[in-house]
Amino acid sequence: MHLLNLTLQAPTAISAAAVGSFSGTKGQEILCVRGGTRLEILKLNAATGQLDTICTTEAFGVVRNVAGFRLAGMTKDYILLSSDSGRMSIIEFVVSPTPHFESLYQEVFGKSGSRRVVPGQFLAVDPKGRSCMFGAVEKSKLVYVLNRNSEGKLFPSSPLEAHKNHTLVTHLIAVDQGYDNPLYAALEIDYSDADEDPTGEAFVNTQKYLTFYELDLGLNHVVRKWSEPTDGRANLLVQVPGGQNAQSEKFDGPSGVLVCCEDHIIWKHMDAEAHRIPIPRRRNPLVQRGESSRGNIIVAAVMHKIRGAFFFLLQNEDGDLFKVTIEHEGEEVRSLKIKYFDTVPVSVSLCILKSGYLFAASDFSDQKLYQFQNLGDDDDEPEWSSTQYPQNGNDDGPLPYAFFNPRPLQNLLLVDTLSSLDPVTDATVVNLLGQSSDTPQIYAACGKGPRSSFRTLRHGLDVSPLVASPLPGVPTAVWTLKLSEEDEYDSYIVLSFPNGTLVLSIGQTIEEVNDTGFLSSGPTLAVQQLGDAGLLQVHPYGLRHIRAADRVDEWQCPPGTTIVAATTNKRQVVIALSTAELVYFELDPEGSLSEYQDKKSLPGNATALSIAEVPEGRRRTSFLAVGCDNQTVHVISLEPESTLTTLSLQALTAPPSAICLAEIFDTSIDKNRPTMFLNIGLVNGVLLRTVVDPVDGSLSDTRLRFLGAKPPKLVRATIHGRHASDPAAHLRHARVRLDPQRSDVPGGPHRHLGNTLRIFTIPKLGEKLKQDTLPLTYTPRKFISNPYFNVFYMIESDHRTYGPASVKRILGEKEAAGDRIDKTVLDLPPNEFGRIRAPAGKWASLIRVLDPLSNESLSVLELDENEAAFSMSICYFERMGGEPTLVVGTAVEATLMPRGCKEGWLRVYAIKDQGRALEFMHKTKTDDIPMCIAGFQGYMLAGIGRSLRLYEMGKKALLRKCENSSFPTCVATINVIGARIIVGDMQESTFYCVYRSIPTRQLLIFADDSQSRWLTCVTNVDYDTVACGDKFGNVFLNRLDTRVSENVDDDPTGAGILHERGFLMGAAHKTQLIAHYNVGSVVTSLTKVSLVAGGRDVIVYTTISGAVGALIPFVSMDDVEFMTTLEMHMRAQNVSLVGRDHLAYRGYYVPVLDVVDGDLCESFSSLPYPKQQGIAADLDRSVGDVLKKLEQMRTSSAF
Amino acid sequence: MAELRYTLNTQLEQLHTRYTGTGHPDMTKYEWLQHQHRDTASAIIGHPSLLAYISVADNECQARERFEVIERMLQPCGKPPAKTDD
Repeated sequence: MHLLNLTLQAPTAISAAAVGSFSGTKGQEILCVRGGTRLEILKLNAATGQLDTICTTEAFGVVRNVAGFRLAGMTKDYILLSSDSGRMSIIEFVVSPTPHFESLYQEVFGKSGSRRVVPGQFLAVDPKGRSCMFGAVEKSKLVYVLNRNSEGKLFPSSPLEAHKNHTLVTHLIAVDQGYDNPLYAALEIDYSDADEDPTGEAFVNTQKYLTFYELDLGLNHVVRKWSEPTDGRANLLVQVPGGQNAQSEKFDGPSGVLVCCEDHIIWKHMDAEAHRIPIPRRRNPLVQRGESSRGNIIVAAVMHKIRGAFFFLLQNEDGDLFKVTIEHEGEEVRSLKIKYFDTVPVSVSLCILKSGYLFAASDFSDQKLYQFQNLGDDDDEPEWSSTQYPQNGNDDGPLPYAFFNPRPLQNLLLVDTLSSLDPVTDATVVNLLGQSSDTPQIYAACGKGPRSSFRTLRHGLDVSPLVASPLPGVPTAVWTLKLSEEDEYDSYIVLSFPNGTLVLSIGQTIEEVNDTGFLSSGPTLAVQQLGDAGLLQVHPYGLRHIRAADRVDEWQCPPGTTIVAATTNKRQVVIALSTAELVYFELDPEGSLSEYQDKKSLPGNATALSIAEVPEGRRRTSFLAVGCDNQTVHVISLEPESTLTTLSLQALTAPPSAICLAEIFDTSIDKNRPTMFLNIGLVNGVLLRTVVDPVDGSLSDTRLRFLGAKPPKLVRATIHGRHASDPAAHLRHARVRLDPQRSDVPGGPHRHLGNTLRIFTIPKLGEKLKQDTLPLTYTPRKFISNPYFNVFYMIESDHRTYGPASVKRILGEKEAAGDRIDKTVLDLPPNEFGRIRAPAGKWASLIRVLDPLSNESLSVLELDENEAAFSMSICYFERMGGEPTLVVGTAVEATLMPRGCKEGWLRVYAIKDQGRALEFMHKTKTDDIPMCIAGFQGYMLAGIGRSLRLYEMGKKALLRKCENSSFPTCVATINVIGARIIVGDMQESTFYCVYRSIPTRQLLIFADDSQSRWLTCVTNVDYDTVACGDKFGNVFLNRLDTRVSENVDDDPTGAGILHERGFLMGAAHKTQLIAHYNVGSVVTSLTKVSLVAGGRDVIVYTTISGAVGALIPFVSMDDVEFMTTLEMHMRAQNVSLVGRDHLAYRGYYVPVLDVVDGDLCESFSSLPYPKQQGIAADLDRSVGDVLKKLEQMRTSSAF
Repeated sequence: MAELRYTLNTQLEQLHTRYTGTGHPDMTKYEWLQHQHRDTASAIIGHPSLLAYISVADNECQARERFEVIERMLQPCGKPPAKTDD
């Protein structure tokens, strides 16, 4: 089997971010690494206050760290990347002609892969851009001097080593020393003593050192300059400004580093007195006597310089931001101060833009952009200073706790949210909309903890409605209109009804106007702002040219005929008469419409007409496209010397319903000029796109795509001054209209559905999937659909969290003991402030019933204290009369390391009220966590620890019928297909089992996999084949031999299986690997489904990084050969920005087998034209053919 | 060939010091296990998606999870066994 991998939605999780002036123009950009594999440049759009994605590129490698740096005397920041390629990569962001990344320099320094001693985990750049340090988790550190050669090109030196054996590094940064020698600081632990000492004393006494490495630029040598023990729980270093200002000789700051430890922050520098302050904490009303709560660490930090001063924003695990300031005189620190600033979601990276914005790249879920309202200088928040404590806080032992009260945002204002799916914990792809949708929707359980959500993804553009108002009837068409050429915005909305025309004026409110000169007694075919200040209305019996309020030029149809179709632009009008004739008008110099002397007769009645806008500086557009009911489209010239002569013709498969000629920028065809495209919508729902030759009007390069059962309607839209370049921008829903600029929203379109007028904007044009979100309480684990009704059941559970029952009990106990309780923290909304952290082993969990269509939660069942739900399934028991019954597997006081629990439970719920209510029936105790459950032939199968058990429904409990406890690690998944059970082990891949009841009940394993696999999800592809995803980001397909499969099914007693001799220390038969691929992120769900109407089944996967992708089976060997050859050529182009070998990356753990990377192939379109030509020539095709083939591969099975 | 017999060993030693974690004939089970654990820990923090996966399961933020994993590398398999005389 050969598969094609395509990404449907790129990963959204941000693993690293850096801010800098990467484009070299004014303003700053944010570079983020999405899902560890994708580089993206975000820029703040000052007009809208939103972050726009300017450029996004797949790196085809794991990007571990990014940093921006600027060489002396340059105005542009380069990007330094550390990755799993074992190379140092420096790339540049280039804006023109199209924004893209260019690789400047790559140097190999180690093996590929994210290894222990290969540098790449840490990356530090000297603030003056003179050198950089790559650090590994253990031992290795490499320093590169970033030189320039005689031509001014970047030319890094060969690396200098600063290795130290047996040393673990916790964090590594560059120290700001101004123009002194570059200095790097690392937090190091030496494990050699602990490794040798069997008493464990050395382990206890192991200290963490703060070590400074200096690069001597004169000697070109790195020395370990200074090393001193620091707090044993130090986790993060933050750079402190330093160095002298060249003009004023003033020190920018004291230099040195902030060492962030558990509960403390220390300022430290070589041979200087340290300063230490506590990290303030929230009051915990749930802390019990004798319970010591865990310390708080700083998870993200950012330093910002502003007008010669500087401050730090540090964020702790709860999301609280603290502002830290240093009072200094020259290089001497007077005091270190900390105060509470605001609370934002926990971030992996914080970025401050000079324009006064804070970008919080959150740990999971939506990323947020805030604007600074205040710097928190003069509020009444308490401040803690190192001078308050003896010896500036450098006493032995911890400092006294500092408490603060979290509160809603005061200094920051939320301005934009980038919606993000990550982590997707479970997903399913199904069409619940029935007849009203041709394509299935993706339902995903996303997020972690209180920021979790349930999201519905639909293919299409997201719209944000501005206005909705009811209309008297169902309009057939809608237009917007400017009153004169100079108008910036549209003033009128014109609606055509079967028996009249309505004109609305747009102001503060939308009102009907009657004195417009438009004929309101009949329907309208087209309206147009004509010439300087004229308006044109085309109605079935003629044209009305309203030149001024009092002057109306009319043109009547010849008697007995009507106008059936019309098209207009600013200077030209073409109408089609019911006698299959075309009449052409053009604006003459006096500003009146003059008719061309001849009529053009057509072979059939026109169904649709279109002309493009008048090009800049021209008097007319040269082509007219006419769609006729004899299933043809004609391109007709409008040039004076050949007016109304047919230039070319295209035959169609169905009559055209809509035509749109538009000049659109498509960089894959012409990078400099817009290309004329002919878009044809057919009545059967197919959209065709053809390129029109600008000289002779001939048609070439036809692409087609099925949009949906309804005939599409096409409308030209202007987006930021350019015509839409993506066919998706021609909204494809029937009866949808886009219009050009309206009021203050660029690209604000209109649409009416039924008899409501809606004005909406399209906030994110680049996104292909529309999202609806329902917030959840805890981390969703699994969800399942009711087989008969559109109802989902979801289990949510959070580790280290107190459930409401626990909170109530603890508060009650404390109140009874007479303790004073401050409950303010409990009243804060948990989705912003988080919940109080409980020790390991405490759980909060619930079962939720939700309606995925209306996106609302129907009911919630909280589980008992410390009980967490892990698995769920719908089973059909005989005792329940074959009605679906919900079984939930839970565990009490579960621990993750080692995996175990006090007791496990199988809870059975009857489903009532059309699936909307759950009624608890009984629960059955188990000895381990029930990790998975499945219904099976009137029984229930549960994977409990290492055993697979079969249960029957009893009156008061489930009755265990038989079990097989020979699974190696832990049963993680169960899939039932017919009489076959496919069990996925947590570490040892899949096992094929059968159930035999004669002579005794038995669950027998008859086949397994020969490789170990840490499975996360399994789905059946067919009776003998499974598709699996594992913890390392692999997706693979295993197939069982048909002969074995048949033999097993023919064996009624299982005696044959029982007495077969095992093979390779396992079952007698082995499955065969038939396809293998590494997607680069942990796969969390797999669904086999058809994504487009009439398309073949594909495997849709979701990943923990929020990506959605599809594996598409190839239909013909020709396609396989073509795509494989193209992939081979693309690999040779080294498109990876981090220099990772593509074949090695896709075969990260197991060599890639029979899967073509569609994303790599699609990057063909971004290659320079000569290279494209070279590859296309090798494939015996033209560049256009290759691009067309690539598009067809995607659109035929996915979107 | 004869010379190689003598130089090979010294090269091996050099290789061992360069590539921490490579095995040798006298390696104890404890040492081997410790290398395995340290390699695993560094692979977890070196692959962002794996770190995210673990931090979702544990309901911790990624920075805390990364910190704890690095801390655990100091002595991942408990105290070393006492040396025997042979």
